[in-house]
Amino acid sequence: MTGHSTYETLRHFADSWGLAMMVIAFVGLAAWPFRPSARQDNEAAANMIFAEDSLGGDDNGE
Amino acid sequence: MESLVARAGWWLAALLFAVFMFANALDTGFAVHMAIFALAALAGLVISLRKTDYKLAAAGIKLPTDQSRYDDDLVRAGVILTTFWGCVGFLVGLVIALQLSFPALNLGFEYTTFGRLRPLHTSAVIFAFGGTALIATSFYIVQRTCRARLAFPALARFVFWGYQLFIVLAATGYVLGVTQGKEYAEPEWYVDLWLTLVWVAYLVVFVGTIVKRTEPHIYVANWFFLSFILTVAMLHLVNNVNLPVSVFGSLSYPLWAGVQGALVQWWYGHNAVGFFLTAGFLAMMYYFVPKQAERPVYSYRLSIVHFWALIFLYIWAGPHHLHYTALPDWAQTLGMVFSVMLWMPSWGGMINGLMTLNGAWDKVRTDPIIRMMVMSIAFYGMSTFEGPMMSIKSVNSLSHYTDWTIGHVHSGALGWNGMITFSAIYFLAPRLWGRTRMYSQRMINWHFWLATIGIVFYAASMWVAGVTQGLMWREYGADNYLVNSFAETVAALHPMYLARAFGGILYLSGALIMAWNVWQTVAGNLRQEEPLRQPAYDPAADRPLVAVPAE
Repeated sequence: MTGHSTYETLRHFADSWGLAMMVIAFVGLAAWPFRPSARQDNEAAANMIFAEDSLGGDDNGE
Repeated sequence: MESLVARAGWWLAALLFAVFMFANALDTGFAVHMAIFALAALAGLVISLRKTDYKLAAAGIKLPTDQSRYDDDLVRAGVILTTFWGCVGFLVGLVIALQLSFPALNLGFEYTTFGRLRPLHTSAVIFAFGGTALIATSFYIVQRTCRARLAFPALARFVFWGYQLFIVLAATGYVLGVTQGKEYAEPEWYVDLWLTLVWVAYLVVFVGTIVKRTEPHIYVANWFFLSFILTVAMLHLVNNVNLPVSVFGSLSYPLWAGVQGALVQWWYGHNAVGFFLTAGFLAMMYYFVPKQAERPVYSYRLSIVHFWALIFLYIWAGPHHLHYTALPDWAQTLGMVFSVMLWMPSWGGMINGLMTLNGAWDKVRTDPIIRMMVMSIAFYGMSTFEGPMMSIKSVNSLSHYTDWTIGHVHSGALGWNGMITFSAIYFLAPRLWGRTRMYSQRMINWHFWLATIGIVFYAASMWVAGVTQGLMWREYGADNYLVNSFAETVAALHPMYLARAFGGILYLSGALIMAWNVWQTVAGNLRQEEPLRQPAYDPAADRPLVAVPAE
C-alpha cells in the first residue's frame, strides 16, 4: 500500500465509520447517567464525599 | 534483612550507573544532569539505610501498615512543595516580565537571558507548582473518595520524589541550555524517559487505589484525575519520540519533521492545557468546592456530561495553534470548530461549579476560601470563553503571535489554576496538620485581593498590548509598505509591559503571604484576629424592657 492510499483510506474511515462510532459512543456515555434508574446512584455518588470524615487521617504529622 | 540489602543494592547500582554516565558525558549539561541523578541515588541510599529499624530487621519482623488510616505523608510534603514552587515560579515570571521592560536585567550572562529563563518560568508554574499540586491532591482525594489507603506506598513515594527530581532536571536543563525547543516539552530525551517511568508508576498507584476501594461508585473527581494521568502519558510518549545522537550526550532529534512535527507538538501542547491544566484541576474543583461549601455538587449528571464532552472534544482542538501555516486548511478548520464547540462543556462545568453554592451564597462574604474558589471558577469560565473566540481564524489573524495570547494563558493559569490550587492548599493545610483553621483567615482575604487585582493588571495590559501589536503589524500605507517597524511596536508596548510587571508583583506578594500563612499553620500557631464577619451585638440593647410608669 502506498503512502497516498493509506492517507486516503484513513481519511475516508475518519469521516465515515470512525465519526459515526465516536458520535454514538459520546451520545451513549453522556445519556447513561440520565436513565431514570440512575437518579438514586447519582445522588448517593454526589453525597458520598461527606460520609468520609469518620475515618480520619493518620497521625497528623505530629 | 534480605530485602533491606536488596534495596540498598539497587540504590548503589543506580548511583554507580549515574557515575558511569557522568564519567562518559559528552557535554556539560549531560554531565551536570548525571551528577544530579547520582546525588539523588546517594540520597535515596542514605535515607533508606537510616530509616530502617535494624532491631526489627534483624529479627525478621515486618510491621503491618494500619489500613484504617489514610497515607498522608506525601500530601503534606506536596502542600509544602507546591507553595515553594509557586513562589519560585511567580518570582521567575516577575523577573522575565521586568527583563522585557528593562533589557539590562538580562545581566549579560547566557544563563540569565530571557530565552533561558522563560521556559524555567513556564515549567516552574505548570509542572512544578501545578504538577506537585495535582499529585498531592490526587493522592488525597483518591483515598477519601475510595475510602481506602493508598495502594503501593513505596511506589507512591517513588512517584512523588521522582517527579521532584524531574522538576530539578528540567529546571537546571533550561538554565544550562539543554532543550528540545518544544513548548512545554523542553526536557531532553533522558529526562523524558525518567518522566515516563514516574508517570507509569503514578498510573499504577492511582488505579491500584481505585481497585481496592470500598465505595461502590468511583467519584467523578477520580474520572478527571484518571483521564489526566492517561492522556498526559499518551501525549508525552507521542510528542517525545526522539533519537539521541549519543547515549552519553543530551542532544537528540525528533522523528517527526516539518508540519507533521508542528502538528504533533501542538496536539501535545493544547492537550497539555486540556488534560493537565483543565481535567486535573477540574478534579480538584469537583472535590474541594463541594467540601468547602458543605453542599453536594449542583448536578452530578452534568459533571458526567462535562467529563465526556471534554474528553471527546479537547483532543481535536490542537490545530488552532497553527492557523495560516503550512498545515492543511481542513485541519485548521477542524481545530477551530472543535475549539468553538468546547465552549459548551466548559461553561457547563463552570455553571456546575458555581451553582454548587446555590443556597449558600452568603459564604462568599464570610469564607475567604469559598471566595477564592468562586473567583477561580469565574476565571475558568472567562478563559474558556476567550480561548474559543481566539481560535476563530479571523480573530486569530489579529491575536496570533501577540501578547493577547500571553494574557489569555495567564487569565487561565493565574486565575483558574492558581486560585483553585491556593484554595486547595488552604483547605488541606489545617486538616493535614490537625489544626482548627489556617493561621490567619484575614491573610487569605489579603491573598485573594492581591491575586485578583494582580490578574486584572496582567490580563488588561496584555489585551491592550496584544491588540496594539496586532494592529501595528498589519498596518499598510498607501504605498503598500508596512507602516511600522518591529522596534516601533516594542516601544509602543513599554507602558503595558510595566503594568504587567506591576500585576506580577501583586500576585507574587499574595503567594508570599500564603507561604507565611502555611508556615505558621504547620508550626501550630493561630493568629489572634477579628473574624471576617460577626453578627451585630449591642450590649446596651441587651437588657429587658422595663415599662416606665406614666407621670
